Amino acid sequence: MYRYDEFDHQFVQERTAQFRDQANRRLSGALTEDEFRPLRLMNGLYLQLHAYMLRVAIPYGTLSSKQMRQLAYIADKWDRGYGHFTTRQNIQYNWIKLEDTADILAALAEVEMHAIQTSGNCIRNVTTDHWAGAAADEIADPRPVGELLRQWSSLHPEFSYLPRKFKIAVTGAPNDRAAVKVHDIGLRLHRNDAGAIGWEVMVGGGQGRTPMIAVTVRDFLPEKELVAYIEAIMRVYNLYGRRDNKFKARIKILVHEIGAEKFKAEVEAEYERRPEQTTHVEEKELQRIAAYFAPPAFEKLSRFSPAFEEAKLLHPGFARWARNNLAAHRVDGYTIVNISLKPEGGIPGDATSDQMRLMAELAERYSHDELRVSHPQNIILPHVKKDDALAIWQALVPAELATANYGLAGDIIACPGMDYCSLATARSIPISQAISRKFADLDVQEKIGPVKINISGCINACGHHHVGHIGILGLDKKGEEFYQITLGGSSAENASIGSILGPGFAGHEVADAIEKILTTYVKLRQPGEEFLYAYRRLGPQPFKEALYAAA
Amino acid sequence: MSEVEKGQVMTANRLRDGEVVFLTRSGEWNEKIDEAVLALEPQATAALEARANEDVKATLVTGSYLFDAERVGGKIRALHMRERIRTLGPTVRLDLGKQAEGTGGAFAFKEA
Amino acid sequence: MPLLKNNAFITDSWLHLGAEDALPEGGNVTIPFSRLKNEWESLAKFPGQLGAVLSNTDHAEDVAHFLPHLALVVLPFPAFVDGRAYSIARQIRLLGYRGELRATGNILPDQFQYMAQVGFSSFEVSERFPLESWQQASKQMSLAYQRGLYRRVGEAEVWSERHADTAPEPTPWEEQPHAG
Repeated sequence: MYRYDEFDHQFVQERTAQFRDQANRRLSGALTEDEFRPLRLMNGLYLQLHAYMLRVAIPYGTLSSKQMRQLAYIADKWDRGYGHFTTRQNIQYNWIKLEDTADILAALAEVEMHAIQTSGNCIRNVTTDHWAGAAADEIADPRPVGELLRQWSSLHPEFSYLPRKFKIAVTGAPNDRAAVKVHDIGLRLHRNDAGAIGWEVMVGGGQGRTPMIAVTVRDFLPEKELVAYIEAIMRVYNLYGRRDNKFKARIKILVHEIGAEKFKAEVEAEYERRPEQTTHVEEKELQRIAAYFAPPAFEKLSRFSPAFEEAKLLHPGFARWARNNLAAHRVDGYTIVNISLKPEGGIPGDATSDQMRLMAELAERYSHDELRVSHPQNIILPHVKKDDALAIWQALVPAELATANYGLAGDIIACPGMDYCSLATARSIPISQAISRKFADLDVQEKIGPVKINISGCINACGHHHVGHIGILGLDKKGEEFYQITLGGSSAENASIGSILGPGFAGHEVADAIEKILTTYVKLRQPGEEFLYAYRRLGPQPFKEALYAAA
Repeated sequence: MSEVEKGQVMTANRLRDGEVVFLTRSGEWNEKIDEAVLALEPQATAALEARANEDVKATLVTGSYLFDAERVGGKIRALHMRERIRTLGPTVRLDLGKQAEGTGGAFAFKEA
Repeated sequence: MPLLKNNAFITDSWLHLGAEDALPEGGNVTIPFSRLKNEWESLAKFPGQLGAVLSNTDHAEDVAHFLPHLALVVLPFPAFVDGRAYSIARQIRLLGYRGELRATGNILPDQFQYMAQVGFSSFEVSERFPLESWQQASKQMSLAYQRGLYRRVGEAEVWSERHADTAPEPTPWEEQPHAG
């Protein structure tokens, strides 16, 4: 993974000193809150329901054990001993003090981390496939481009006061695990017939109030042109994105209002206007970065691991966990370990500092010192020998990290909701807990099969409910929490926005409603047909009947 | 006899450490909702706003706003769930926030 | 309002005319851009130096034609969160303009480096901030990852430094006096 050189170190240190000065000026009154707000947001510091919240960047969701340990240390020293992993591969701390923040940024800088631009009307964390570099279906690792764009977008003088936030995602696999089609810019790596690598550039996807799927502006952009081309897109957005209405300020609205064709023409015209500049430096920088993402020294192993097979026979719990939580790795004899942060009745995406330290230790020992954070709020050990899987599982069990529900009904994605967030209109975590308890039986979860349940506590959709197979949106109806259910969303390559099923439900009714939906699915599905495909075949009717037909 | 008075409470976050605080009758900010003053008419509400704006300018607090509340049996309860959570802590972590530190409101999340 | 240029407060040598104001005999005058477009035939004969005051919804392409004849372009920041002028400034510089580019409106010291990097060379600022706060702000970050922006002494482009053998020598930017 990427390692800072002296330039990167100096950059985060100067940035930390800059923030320390800004915070001091705020505390002395030299800066008003209106002036300070965009500055603190560009360092990831929010004012929330209980305290300040700090969102730390985990670029393209990749972490070393040293970095994970430091996140644990920060949780213990400056927060309440835990952190929350988010749907954009970052981590949030909920109980932060303004007067401690510069020290926390300094602690992050020590381990090559930061909180730069994790909020504010600027370019946010570039996210990617949490199995990058490991997945069996991957064409090429998208993370070098992720790192290139991270650097390019950091403190970009022209694009730090955009109409609204800007989110970029990159993927290098045909099965899109990075939700590129619902990002402001989505980049998909692929090969042309000659075998060369290029990028499909998609613009104007997004969720929130008006969910939209991105449009393609370029099918096959050479890598070396990415920076210049994205600059053209950003400039068009910065100049013409709406600034009159916060809820119509994303680039998706601009693309929608002027139309995809006109938007593309504007971008191409701006791109044409760029001065005659070579891209040699960008190419060399990308090569330099790519060297850090060279695969680790994998051993030459057989695909078949007798120790692994035997362990499954001896330990039924391990067999189930192996069945659900391990994913196919590119290299024979290796596997991808998906650690579920969704224990039965737990808070999705939360981890204690002890759990973080354990995962760090396992990564160091068994996964070439690398971890990932996934959009569904789980932690991945990307490069594990099948021979080592049992030892990992045995270490995870006492730490409540061995729930064998990865990708199943219990693997619920939920924003923090009204328990933490001042933007929320309803709580999301108790809904998640109720559903989790209802489906506690793993046999039932396995019988249902893969299904993504996403819960958002307000229309800003941080829980990504629009692209949940089952989406739940928490609203406020006359002062009471109230939940709307959508079906048929998907963030994968065949992306779709979920449709509202019918009238909403009170909080205590939601888990039963989900049960009815999934029972209906099991009854009507074809052999081997997963929930999303069954829904697309059947349509909403049978589910509406199950939920709303008079008893 | 337990009378129910409805009015508004002024809340903010302490600038330095982000702690949630409520404006009291004496014009100080207190961490406990039960110490807050309940403004019963528009004049009182306006006074709260004026005081909050002064203290925002004086870099004591930030993010001030009024919310609806009622006083029942001498204790103050926020009307909306969000502010109940604000006065107590997360409903899903009873070991965190004011409810765990002895500065929580007298009322639990749901109606007594 | 103080005028900041080259890390010092200077006196403004420009007269800023409104839409109806009569032109003086000579000297440095700025004209609102809409008026400049409408009256260009007569304005082009002005013996002194001309500047244009743009709004942040004007298109750089529309100004292109006039740039060789201008010694000052003024761009506003109606609110400090309104970042359109950063892009207009960049485009104006990419069109080859080397005269003075002035930022007005809502400007914080914390934005100074960004504005300088996209090509602003002077800044009409609020009295609230003493000179030291601008001087301090101008030095906070000594590195930038983006290429092709305006570097001043003491600033470096990270990618160009890393690949110095490949990169063309970045020319430190300097405002050029108006030729005409």
